Amino acid sequence: MDQLTVFVENSRGHLTGLCKALGDASINMHAFSLAETTDYGIARIICDDPQRAASVVTDAGYRATTTEICVIKVPDTPGGLTGVFEALEKAECDVEYSYCFSSLEGAALNAIKCSKKGVEALAAAGFEAVEASDLA
Amino acid sequence: MGFQDELTHMGADELHDLQLERLKKTVVDCYEHIPFYKRSFDEAGFDPYAVSSLDDLQKAPFTDKQNMRDAYPFDMYAVPMDEVKRIQASSGTTGTATVAGYTEHDMAVWGDCFARGIDYAGGGPGTVVQVAYGYGLFTGGLGGSEGCRRIGAVELPMSSGNTQRQVKLMKDFGTGILACTPSYALHIADTAIEMGEDPSGWPIFAGIFGAEPWSNEMRKDIEEKLGICALDIYGLSEVMGPGVAIECREQNGLHIAEDHFITEVVDPETGKPVPDGEWGELVFTSLSKECSPLVRYRTRDISRIVPGTCACGRTTRRIDRIAGRTDDMMIIRGVNVFPRQIEQVVVGFEEVAPHYVIELSNDGPLDKATLKIETVPDFPIDEVRKIEDLQKRLQDGLKSELQVKIDVRIVEPKTIERSLGKAKRVVDLREKGE
Repeated sequence: MDQLTVFVENSRGHLTGLCKALGDASINMHAFSLAETTDYGIARIICDDPQRAASVVTDAGYRATTTEICVIKVPDTPGGLTGVFEALEKAECDVEYSYCFSSLEGAALNAIKCSKKGVEALAAAGFEAVEASDLA
Repeated sequence: MGFQDELTHMGADELHDLQLERLKKTVVDCYEHIPFYKRSFDEAGFDPYAVSSLDDLQKAPFTDKQNMRDAYPFDMYAVPMDEVKRIQASSGTTGTATVAGYTEHDMAVWGDCFARGIDYAGGGPGTVVQVAYGYGLFTGGLGGSEGCRRIGAVELPMSSGNTQRQVKLMKDFGTGILACTPSYALHIADTAIEMGEDPSGWPIFAGIFGAEPWSNEMRKDIEEKLGICALDIYGLSEVMGPGVAIECREQNGLHIAEDHFITEVVDPETGKPVPDGEWGELVFTSLSKECSPLVRYRTRDISRIVPGTCACGRTTRRIDRIAGRTDDMMIIRGVNVFPRQIEQVVVGFEEVAPHYVIELSNDGPLDKATLKIETVPDFPIDEVRKIEDLQKRLQDGLKSELQVKIDVRIVEPKTIERSLGKAKRVVDLREKGE
């Protein structure tokens, strides 16, 4: 599914502005993860209608884009995530980044940015991919 | 054969001898006829009669704009009034106007210099040159006029203004070359398009544009809209007027009229010459001027000598397009840096937008310089690695061009002010003094 990615300067008020822009456009977020560096952060967001969200956020003055990522169901039990990375490791596939979010019918959801090969390896290992429509 | 090819294709020794002979005459003329130079040479211990090599010029003191203002109006004329045939003056917008005078010979030399530009552009007898610089005290219009006369081109003396008429006559009279400021050229092109015309299909093939700074984007825009090759011309009324240096169709630097001017590039802080290729302040010494000769005039314009020889075959050295004024120069950790140098590095990166700000601050006792720049909209901001890689490559590029470390910060779009005119590129937050 598509993730909304937003470049956010490390300045007070910039996260507020970002969230407000999405809220004002009635776009609901399902997950929000922030990668930080000294000067800026990268906000990675799973939300309704990411294409529209990107244009809303761009109009609000942010640099935004959509990124294809893989979201899979993971058992919501201790060690549940281990199998995911094992499968990727076996396939010799590196992970760009990854974050977990809400439970869906007893399973946790894990978002992963990795190559197509990694996505295939996860499917082969039996991890069920989640589509955007499943979250609405 | 092009116009005055023998003077633009001279061998190094031949040019050297000609320059030396003319330099000797110029410094003596200045000393004997202009009280300012007598005083200034004496104070500096410079003996104009002892000049025996071009290097001796380094011993002469500089002349600056204030010296010329102090001489207002005619105190720096080296000839009696009955030999003066024309007066031109700067606008005086930044203070008292500077007033240049021309003898018959001076006007011929000026015309020759401009005429070379018409030749470089591919024009000559029969070419209609539409001169849309203002005619008057400003040197643009009459410089173009003299140039047409010297090469035998057809002068179309439009002066500036009445843009719809400029368009109509450009079409009806089959203009070959347009000479005006680049911003006016763009305005003429846009007006033509608004009038439903497509000038790119007209006979016009070249433009000679100067008297204001312009970017490469603007050049491309003009070239596409008018279907021409747009050439840059440099000059200033204190030194002569347009024609001191002009681009050829290679568009890789402006050929200096070296038979009429000695060009130096100096460090604006120390006044010491910088090596070829390095940026600094342009300093001119006139070699042929009778009425208003100048010795080591500091222009405050920033450029550099373009190293190497030009593919066009002319042997005259070239200056780069004017990068700014000495007032724009930054000193970062003791290194002189001009905004244009930074721009040159930045335009080589298609991942970033051409909007940037340099922020100068204190880092303990050292200067800290930060380039704030935006990425282009389609840059993959999703991966920190790619942003960091871009920052590093920009930093490396700046370091190798400027010899000083500049931190690069990627910023959100629109944090950097857009400006149609001169954008403010430098923000100096350093604490001044001790």
